[in-house]
Amino acid sequence: MMDWPILSIVTFLPLVGAAFVLLIRGEDAVVARNSRNVAILTSLVTFVLSLGVWGHFDPEATGFQMVEKVVWLPDLGISYNMGVDGISMLFVILSTFLTPLCIISSIGAVETRVREYMVSFLVLETLMVGMFCALDLMLFYIFFEGVLIPMYVIIGIWGGKNKIYAAFKFFLYTLLGSVLMLLAMLAMYHTSGTTDIPTLLTYHFPASMQAVLWVAFFASFAVKVPMWPVHTWLPDAHVQAPTAGSVILAGVLLKMGGYGFVRFSIPMFPEATNDFTPVVYGLSIVAVVYTSLVALVQEDMKKLIAYSSIAHMGFVTIGLFAMNQQAVEGAVFQMLSHGVVSAALFLCVGVVYDRMHTREISRYGGLVKRMPVYAVVFMIFTMASVGLPGTSGFVGEFLVLLGVFQASSWVALMAASGLVLGAAYMLYLYRRVVFGDLVRPDLKKIMDLNRREVVVFTPLILVVLWMGIYPDSFLSVMHVSVKTLIDNYQVALAAGDAVHMAAQ
Amino acid sequence: MMLGIQNLNLAGPEILLTVAAMVLLMIGAFRCGDSSRLVGLLAVIAMVTAGVMVIGLPKTAATTFNQMFAFDGFIAYTKVLVLAASVVTLLLALPWLEREKIARFEFPVVVLFATTGMLMMISANNLMSLYLGLELQSLALYVLAAFNRDNLRSTESGVKYFVLGALASGLLLFGMSFIYGFTGTTDFSVLSALTATQSPSVGVVVGLAFILAGLSFKISAVPFHMWTPDVYEGAPTPVTAFFAVAPKIAALALIIRVAEVPFGGAVASWQQIIIVLSILSMALGAYAAIQQTNIKRMMAYSSIGHVGYALIGLASNSADGVKGILVYLTLYVFMNVGAFAVILSMRRNGAMVEGIDDLAGLSKTNPFMALALSAMMFSMAGIPPLAGFFGKLYVFLAAIESGLYTLAVIGVLTSVVGCFYYIRLVKVMYFDEPVEGFDKPNTTVKVLLTVATAVVLFFFVVPAPLLNSAQAAAAVLFAG
Repeated sequence: MMDWPILSIVTFLPLVGAAFVLLIRGEDAVVARNSRNVAILTSLVTFVLSLGVWGHFDPEATGFQMVEKVVWLPDLGISYNMGVDGISMLFVILSTFLTPLCIISSIGAVETRVREYMVSFLVLETLMVGMFCALDLMLFYIFFEGVLIPMYVIIGIWGGKNKIYAAFKFFLYTLLGSVLMLLAMLAMYHTSGTTDIPTLLTYHFPASMQAVLWVAFFASFAVKVPMWPVHTWLPDAHVQAPTAGSVILAGVLLKMGGYGFVRFSIPMFPEATNDFTPVVYGLSIVAVVYTSLVALVQEDMKKLIAYSSIAHMGFVTIGLFAMNQQAVEGAVFQMLSHGVVSAALFLCVGVVYDRMHTREISRYGGLVKRMPVYAVVFMIFTMASVGLPGTSGFVGEFLVLLGVFQASSWVALMAASGLVLGAAYMLYLYRRVVFGDLVRPDLKKIMDLNRREVVVFTPLILVVLWMGIYPDSFLSVMHVSVKTLIDNYQVALAAGDAVHMAAQ
Repeated sequence: MMLGIQNLNLAGPEILLTVAAMVLLMIGAFRCGDSSRLVGLLAVIAMVTAGVMVIGLPKTAATTFNQMFAFDGFIAYTKVLVLAASVVTLLLALPWLEREKIARFEFPVVVLFATTGMLMMISANNLMSLYLGLELQSLALYVLAAFNRDNLRSTESGVKYFVLGALASGLLLFGMSFIYGFTGTTDFSVLSALTATQSPSVGVVVGLAFILAGLSFKISAVPFHMWTPDVYEGAPTPVTAFFAVAPKIAALALIIRVAEVPFGGAVASWQQIIIVLSILSMALGAYAAIQQTNIKRMMAYSSIGHVGYALIGLASNSADGVKGILVYLTLYVFMNVGAFAVILSMRRNGAMVEGIDDLAGLSKTNPFMALALSAMMFSMAGIPPLAGFFGKLYVFLAAIESGLYTLAVIGVLTSVVGCFYYIRLVKVMYFDEPVEGFDKPNTTVKVLLTVATAVVLFFFVVPAPLLNSAQAAAAVLFAG
């Protein structure tokens, strides 16, 4: 039995670590070393504890588990309310899994202001985990928005040449989307009298109101995902962010949008969702096809992977709105898989960037001759991104296509074309960087992966293969939650239709 | 009712402050040597005592001085806020003035008179007492603006404030004469009964519009804001800090009371005015601050913007709206105190600097100050989980509940624009290369900055006490 609030502990433990990091005193080098150690230790302990959440999770039970509830804003009846279901629990694990890897990967790469760096990442971890656990609109919003602060700092301080522009664009773009969501949340509170998510999941908003609310939430989540045409902040942010920043951005922050659709838009506004599904399909198909084509012509490795993220997230949104068991499970699985794979790909770029300080694809070539281990690692993640069977990418894409085909074969056809393009740009990237002749003189002395990098990549490779070979460990956790989501959705739609018929 | 001075205890804090101000003036004038420190200390004690007295008074609605002077829970709440703001800014000001070698015993005395005026106007229950309180406050503030009398900018800002302030007072009086001419009374209670039963005549509406124009000047709502940037920039920095907080709160409390008590029945006549003021203030505050290079000017536009957000609560015309304003203002005090504590410490090689660029790389030269100012900026921008977010949350919630959707949408959009210049300050401090560091801040600044930062950062942990007391205070206005 769990007597102590494990979700709160997992959420706020990184914050405690951050407080310790702030208390470290001494010479710069000592502070850097100690804060690094504290950060690594804290994030690892957090990860282990979050596995405890998984261990205690009952995949057969419906509803939210490990719920904690404390009165927080008594005048509005808002509570500090935490809990997880089969979907959010996996995202919690994803966040706690990637954070230590980010911190470890930054050893050697980040040498300036190490203390602030560690604090930013630990605060970010708290906010991410809290967001996935929040069961109250206000609480969710606070975590959701709060993420902007550490991310702004991470891009702005440790970013590349054009970091200021990227940091501002990231901050203002995503803020603009989410303030409208805040108003929608206030309107929901005003109408329903509660901000409790489990209650709101069964609350029925009037159809006309649903449309407005849906659009407001969409403004926020579409920017986060990001969906075409509001994706333009992402390539800038990715290119300028430090490697670990890109990893978290691609690995977790993009998933906040997808998670938002699953948690809010679809179950709370089912009728509006039904009406807007063609729009989402349309935008997602454009994202899949168009951004894949854009990715093909990129000269910058990070930018290419950033565009590939947009394309992959296009799959996710298609899957989510197809609203059948396979598609939604596929979409959630694809989010997890993309979280790991894109994170790993950004780390792969980081490896060569740390050595050569350039991300220009044409500056590389023939790396396989000097870096055989790197070539293998990069190959595995390229294949996972392409969706080769046996890797995590395949399972997600396959399930999404399977589900979408039932909903609309045309959409499935268009989406599938994205797979071909995806293979094209990833293999093209891989060929240009790893194969070919090693002609550049400065590449002749480049070193293969060091021990730290091997430590970072090993768990990622294991997870990618695990998810590809035995996806059931993840899918079985979410079966019940996804089924509840879809059943409630169908019931709400049927009820809405009945009301509509009666009105006629 | 013969003398109209039953319940005289309700005016106890004001009486105390008036007496204290006069006694301190005598002490300063007749005591040998420099008594600025002693007078400053006694002024702080007087205001703290007045605050305790306000808290101690019974919160039931009552009047004194022939109904010229009212007291209730709402008034008590705002008075405590004003007193706290005055005390804190005075504490910040005293060491600063000493360092600048312009410390004189008149400063705390004038602050005391200004504060007394503010308390009077909050308690005003008659257009006459309103005007007297307002003028007492304004005259003291004109003097404060020009306090550094050998400095051209300071005197210029004093004169500018005086001329424009006199114009605003004229508008106010003109409006009051209309009200008196068309209703035959200046008493809030009588006016309240009148507007509740009959729709206001054209003359009353015109008078109300002029009164609101005059008061808008005092809260520096657009389009009556012209004086603000110049006065903020020119006045000595601690005076700017004072202007940004206490008089703003007092004037906002006054405008709320004027709108909700005597003209509570004429909502339709003033609601549109407030909405327009609110939208213009938010928009101008957001856009005009972007291009500022002087941090005091930036804070001036920032305060204009904040007034716009606070007015959303008034436009909502509900207890929730007023509660939103009270929450907003309370947190606004902490944010401004924090921000100005840093601005007051912007001193390099013994001389003040005011450029935003001067903050460059502060995160390296003084990490704590940089962290504190960043917290203030993110909070003013309304980014959760910092305190400022809750202020915005409550006013927007009130707007939604009153169906003012357009206002709410414009509000959040301008807050995104405003965010740009707040986070620009963070950028300057954290992303830019450091320039020479600042001189060491004094202890008062450090202590107050630590407190303000702690409140702004951790308000979300125990928000309930503030929210509940604000709710109780706001409910008073809508009880009847």
